[in-house]
Amino acid sequence: MDTVTIGIVVFPGSNCDHDTEFAAASFSKTTTRMLWHKEHDLQGSDVVILPGGFSYGDYLRAGSIAKFSPIMQEVVTFARKGRPVLGICNGFQVLLECGLLEGALSRNRDKKFICRHMHVKVENNRTMFTSLYNENEVLSLPVAHGEGNYYAPEKTIDSLEEHEQVVFRYSDAEGHVTEEANLNGSVSAIAGISNREKNVLGLMPHPERASETLLGSSDGSKMFEGLIEHVLG
Amino acid sequence: MAYKAKIRVTLRPSILDVQGKAVQHALENLGYSTVDSARIGKYIEATINEEDHVEAERIGDEICRKLLANPVMEDYSIELEKIN
Repeated sequence: MDTVTIGIVVFPGSNCDHDTEFAAASFSKTTTRMLWHKEHDLQGSDVVILPGGFSYGDYLRAGSIAKFSPIMQEVVTFARKGRPVLGICNGFQVLLECGLLEGALSRNRDKKFICRHMHVKVENNRTMFTSLYNENEVLSLPVAHGEGNYYAPEKTIDSLEEHEQVVFRYSDAEGHVTEEANLNGSVSAIAGISNREKNVLGLMPHPERASETLLGSSDGSKMFEGLIEHVLG
Repeated sequence: MAYKAKIRVTLRPSILDVQGKAVQHALENLGYSTVDSARIGKYIEATINEEDHVEAERIGDEICRKLLANPVMEDYSIELEKIN
């Protein structure tokens, strides 16, 4: 295999789909496909990305209606085969709603929509998404969400920790996980988790908006590069 | 004959309800010092075209579990009312 096909799902209300496509297409050896939510065909995707936005207007709950769209049935099957699926922001919410990841996201602790760069610590670099980062490396990534307050019952959190599924945590610039750095109030300052098999990752920060220095940070690029390397073997 | 399902979806008591908190603060500012808390939930009315009460109940419960409520952080209750 010499090129990697990155499929980006487009729901009505997705608004980071083109940013994600732009970031994904900027790497050599990639081709991108936009996958409309009504389709059943992943068009040969090697990686599927669920982008940020407000799928179905966030009606009922963020991500709740998107999980029943035709394309998501295919994405779930694809994920269950161990293929890479990345959910960014609203995409993370969809992954939680459809049961590929555990937990839920509720409104930010301080009631505010948070739109800024935040520091995020790499807790686990032994995944196909984070293999090019160092363990405990602190990244600067933009967030833009009103409902990013990760919640799961204690039993689930213990199990996530035990199986090293917490991939990213909010931290300060030095990598200290503090209450102040955890702006949205997430349990255990969780910014991103994976499934137990580590082929599905959901995170609130936007790596695609930090894919070149012109955007203020290029810390997100290594996630794309890591995935591309993983697929190419 | 059909049933009107009156469905209430509420955040679990253990989940912080920031909207409810903002409303409670506003009430406090209005002078309602005895209003201790406010929690915001969703109310959904769905008409279920079923003759049978048990079947309508089953459908009501199923749609709550599948879509209307998120079992990780929400509870729900259903009240069925007969309509013609």
